[in-house]
Amino acid sequence: MSEPFEPKIVAFVCTYCTYAGADLAGTSRMKYAPNVRIVRLPCTGRISPMFILKALQKGADGVLVSGCHPGDCHFAQGNYHARRRWTVFRALLSFTGIPEERIKFSWISAAEGAKFAELINGITDEIRALGPFEQYQELQKVIETQSTY
Amino acid sequence: MAKIGVFVCHCGENIASMVDTGKLVTTISEHPGVAFSSEYKYFCSDPGQETVKKAIRENNLTGVVVAACSPRMHEQTFRKACAEAGLNPYMLELANIREQCSWVHTDKIQATDKAIEITRSLVEKVKRNNNLQPISVPVTRRAMVIGGGVAGIQAALDIASAGREVILVEREPSIGGHMAQLSETFPTLDCSQCILTPRMVEAVQHPNITVMTYSEVEEVDGYIGNFTVKVRQKARYVKMETCTGCGDCIQKCPVKKIPSDFECGLGNRTAIYTPFAQAVPNVPVIDRDRCTYFKNGKCKICQKTCQIDSIDFEQQDRMVSLEVGAIVVATGFQVQNTALYGEYGYGRYKDVITGLHFERLASASGPTAGKILRPSDGKEPETIVFLQCAGSRDAAKGVKYCSKICCMYTAKHAMLYAHKVHHGKTRIFYMDIRAAGKGYDEFTRRAIEEDQAGYIRGRVSKLYEENGKLIVRGVDTLLGKPVEVEADMVVLATAMIPQPDAKEFAKRIGIGYDEYGFYNEAHLKLRPVETATAGIYLAGACQSPKDIPDSVAQASAAAAKVLGLFSKEQLEREPVVASVSDSTCAGCWGCVIACPYNAIDRRDITDRNGNLIKRVASVNPGLCQGCGTCVSFCRSNSIDLAGFTEKQIFAEVMGL
Repeated sequence: MSEPFEPKIVAFVCTYCTYAGADLAGTSRMKYAPNVRIVRLPCTGRISPMFILKALQKGADGVLVSGCHPGDCHFAQGNYHARRRWTVFRALLSFTGIPEERIKFSWISAAEGAKFAELINGITDEIRALGPFEQYQELQKVIETQSTY
Repeated sequence: MAKIGVFVCHCGENIASMVDTGKLVTTISEHPGVAFSSEYKYFCSDPGQETVKKAIRENNLTGVVVAACSPRMHEQTFRKACAEAGLNPYMLELANIREQCSWVHTDKIQATDKAIEITRSLVEKVKRNNNLQPISVPVTRRAMVIGGGVAGIQAALDIASAGREVILVEREPSIGGHMAQLSETFPTLDCSQCILTPRMVEAVQHPNITVMTYSEVEEVDGYIGNFTVKVRQKARYVKMETCTGCGDCIQKCPVKKIPSDFECGLGNRTAIYTPFAQAVPNVPVIDRDRCTYFKNGKCKICQKTCQIDSIDFEQQDRMVSLEVGAIVVATGFQVQNTALYGEYGYGRYKDVITGLHFERLASASGPTAGKILRPSDGKEPETIVFLQCAGSRDAAKGVKYCSKICCMYTAKHAMLYAHKVHHGKTRIFYMDIRAAGKGYDEFTRRAIEEDQAGYIRGRVSKLYEENGKLIVRGVDTLLGKPVEVEADMVVLATAMIPQPDAKEFAKRIGIGYDEYGFYNEAHLKLRPVETATAGIYLAGACQSPKDIPDSVAQASAAAAKVLGLFSKEQLEREPVVASVSDSTCAGCWGCVIACPYNAIDRRDITDRNGNLIKRVASVNPGLCQGCGTCVSFCRSNSIDLAGFTEKQIFAEVMGL
């Protein structure tokens, strides 16, 4: 038996709320699972669905998108755009066969270090339970080898 | 060919104890494009920064990754070091391996792997960074102050005295605001008008201040340093230029029984009026809705009376467009109408009044010339009951906050009453006495000890009239007994609430507000006078309930911020802004809709002869705040955000 499966999770976060929240978890020395890699962006509004697909393509087993709470966006409305975009994208995901549970959406403020740590532990457990996300890579191979384009 | 330098910081033991920095350095040094790598105990220290600078120069590095703490901590430090070594400061990325790695993990192998991945992904990102230059925008060094109360006046005077032009806009016919209505002020008991009116005159006479009364801000366009404000100057029907303020028209006006807002309805005014005798400017306005001429087409007595022909019934509202670089919002507050409180009988009993009514009764220039007389029959009240927190700190009535000034002004009212009616008795129902402020607690003690203010801790449940007396039923929670007081007058210390149109106005000028409608500051503690919209500042009670000293202090602070902005002709901004690729933009305007700052416009591309080739989106870098919402909105990938380009982010993800 090989070593137990440890999921790889990519988090796209805004710099003003969730990134700061993650920093706070650090300065408060809260411990959480080391499975998450953070990509810092100015605002969740900047997050394109393509980023999420790219992360899955690269081998992520799960993706997290997190920004400021509704009404608290540093850029006034960016998180609302992100939320709407996510709603549409989610429908597209189920249509294409990518399980929605692989992608998490949450609000973490700059003051919620503990919530950040909890969230990371939570989703790491959930994704671990789902197992490695191999379908995407397999599909990728099929496309690459059989595509007529 | 990219030559990236990677600098791994130990942060003393903070990083090195959990991350195998040696392994990190060896692994990353083999990564394509990495030309230099090293580790050190403290890269943020002076010798540490020197190492970075030396490495940049000696290896002609094209990009730098410092694997250390959060960019929120030391990004500026290392940007400066890069710039000093001749590298564009935006060719730097910080790999956060402290807050988001070494401090939060417990397994050294896993933490080291994570640190390697974080650093590698940022090496991939920094390879695709571009040289950026800070953006310079010109600054119009003229300010607008909206609201001519004591906060607005103070801000205007401070800015003007420092040599900058100010436009002071007030929607009422006179500047002065609520402070002009007050009798004496706590804790010194100096007369409000005596300290305010000289400031009003100073403002209107100041060579750098243009006062626009009876005017309202309709629209704010533009951005920090470059606002265009549209102001509606309402028709006064009296010529400002010629009117001498003699007041003949006011005396002759036949419509005399209009309840005066300034007197809180305790006094009357005419249809052509100035709100109060000391109004600045001392030029009356005609109340179009009440004027006999405007209603019936006949009268014009004021016009006939005016010896210098200053009445002009033909005047129209005028729209003025003004260019300013900064805006101070000082739109003030309103006093809550306690119609909500059926149990206190406000509106039903004439002798149940608000604190502001009492100010007018106690004011020497008020309807009773400073005598405390009951509104119902004009008799001197023998007993006055004051109810504090009538509205404030009551979630059920929608005001959860403390209005802050009521404890003080109620103590003041009790004192003024004791000074004017020596045998008078006061009873004050209170929840807590909140008297924090210079000389404030001493003041409330004085009310109790010298002026026999009778404080009862408890709330009032019922108030009704019986045999010409107001019966106040409540509870004394210190004695644990019900109390009943026969009063001749009841004064409700009603809550300070935002202006009724505060939210609508905030939307119009583009600033945030809280659940009540008070305006939001950028940071409650560290940026208390700035709004989230750069170039717009706050002063006074439009932000939260405030007394006069606080309002004035905040106004001066806002003025200092404005003057700081005006200290340079050009404004430098972070170059994290979006830009459009003209060749691929299809003109779908998705970005225009997405932008929260209205920073994207349509721009025509024409040939030499001026014929339209195509119309594309165009980002105004002065307005753009760099959120990047437009980028992910763009269907044709024609818009990108400097510092966080598509290429950079994809590379960062692929580097993980």
